[in-house]
Amino acid sequence: MAASLRLLVRRLARLSHRSITSAAANVSCRSGCCLGPSSSRCLSDAAEDRNTHFGFETVSEAEKAKRVYKVFENVAQKYDIMNDAMSLGVHRLWKDMLLHAMHPQPGARLLDVAGGTGDISFRFLDYVYYQQERQKRRATGSSQSLSWQDISDKYPDEDRPQESRAVVCDINKEMLKVGKQRADSMGITSGVSWVVGDAEELPFDDDQFDIYTIAFGIRNVTHIHQALQEAFRVLKPGGRFMCLEFSKVTNPVLASLYDAYSFQVIPVLGEVIAGDWKSYQYLVESIRKFPDQEEFKGMIEDAGFCCVQYFNFTGGVVALHSGFKL
Amino acid sequence: MWHRLSNPFLRLNQRQRSLTSKGFKAVHAHRLHTGSAELTYSYYDGLYPGHIQTTPFQKALLAVGSGVAALQDPYRHDMVAVLGETTGHLALLNLRDRMRNDPEGYRILTERPRIRLSTLDLEKMASLPDGSFGREYLRFLEDNKVTPDSRAEVKFVDNEELAYIMLRYREVHDLLHTLLGMPTNMLGEVAVKWFEAAQTGLPMCALGAVLGPLRLNSSRLESLFTSLGPWALQNGRRARCVLCIFYERRWEQSLEDLRQELNIEPPPVILRASNKKNA
Repeated sequence: MAASLRLLVRRLARLSHRSITSAAANVSCRSGCCLGPSSSRCLSDAAEDRNTHFGFETVSEAEKAKRVYKVFENVAQKYDIMNDAMSLGVHRLWKDMLLHAMHPQPGARLLDVAGGTGDISFRFLDYVYYQQERQKRRATGSSQSLSWQDISDKYPDEDRPQESRAVVCDINKEMLKVGKQRADSMGITSGVSWVVGDAEELPFDDDQFDIYTIAFGIRNVTHIHQALQEAFRVLKPGGRFMCLEFSKVTNPVLASLYDAYSFQVIPVLGEVIAGDWKSYQYLVESIRKFPDQEEFKGMIEDAGFCCVQYFNFTGGVVALHSGFKL
Repeated sequence: MWHRLSNPFLRLNQRQRSLTSKGFKAVHAHRLHTGSAELTYSYYDGLYPGHIQTTPFQKALLAVGSGVAALQDPYRHDMVAVLGETTGHLALLNLRDRMRNDPEGYRILTERPRIRLSTLDLEKMASLPDGSFGREYLRFLEDNKVTPDSRAEVKFVDNEELAYIMLRYREVHDLLHTLLGMPTNMLGEVAVKWFEAAQTGLPMCALGAVLGPLRLNSSRLESLFTSLGPWALQNGRRARCVLCIFYERRWEQSLEDLRQELNIEPPPVILRASNKKNA
């Protein structure tokens, strides 16, 4: 309670300093903007009265969550194929870059929110395993000139269980199902757990995780501020928040190409490959409704994170935002 | 070239934005074909429930994509449907004119009947005598284990009346099977496609008629090219427009009688439904 009050005071203080025009007109009257939902939550509980955006449509907040759930329920089976088709495989590079920026060390605990089919978690486990192998090799390599007794002492304890753990949390059971199937087919038996949970209300205690990631999921959350606050809560002090999301392309030529591709080609791909035009129409529209890099950086700072920065990939098509809980 | 692409996109965008404020479309008095499988949204964007606005570029892309998808997996009925919708504009206009010029067809266009399980009185149809159209249709549904409700809804036709004609064509397809006496195996489907191609001129039917035989074995191919094929083509050309018949009011009519009225000869070869079911 005290923590949220502190955040509220901090946010209101920031608001008074920031100019109102910077909160772009297209976000003014929807949730997930300057006036944080937790403050309005204290005042009125009627989610049905407040409206938000679902792509270019206007819907009530209660309905948005339901509609988003339905979208991902429909696309879950073909989700990975569609990602490859829509981005021509480039989404793999974006996710690899996220892992490189993360640079997790053995023993780290990752919370992968909106992790769905597990792309980030599987990469995390691979990365950490590779790091561990490197460390082992270095340790044994440095013991070339020692006696046999010393060398056998230095060998790492084989019985020690894999410490790094990834928790995949998603609100949608179908996506988690697909993720579990992938894990089984890849032969991953330990190191990942699959949890159903809402990003706005995570089923975890405070100060649990070293790293929190949300890749291409936060724009589907109804109350983004709440998701950011929850991220702050569950991270350990010193923990890192990382968000990979579609963002604004600054170059006008690239932007018009990107728009034409998004609206002309992607729904067609959705219809042909997944048999679902409307879900992919929603997905490209929701990208347009998400705040741009600077604004989202401000929102992350509002939630209490420090040293917030962002990196643009592919000219701003995707942005990686990162912040620390200190 | 990008101007041409971005302009329709802008128009599309603006139309979508302007429609968000309108909630009254659901109660629009326009006589549309309702009863599509599930109306998940309380209002609909477009000219009829299920309609999706598309630019010409998108239609071209859809036609190519759905064609490839349908060839790779012929069981993807939704892709066959999309191919039909995106390529059939001229044929649909032609069909509409034929229906308007026919008195019964004109009545269909105004009354907009739908063939669904909910509108059929199955008990009454089962009690009809053998040889009547309704009884034979029911037998066809049972033998081949199909239901009239499995048709995909129309999405990409940009005219509400043409969309109904497309839907009517899909719903009449099963009745055609009964009229022609063809089962739903590959050979029967190809024969019906040949008939439909000659009748309607829809490019999707023509494509199906040309590519369908590729999947038949040699004995069936022989049967197709020597007897079934020519029979289907001839009858397709000389038969009365099959979309112009108000089938819902002719269940009691005898099948032979209906065939004569439509100018269709009985099939030269009796094909049976697959062996797993006894007739």
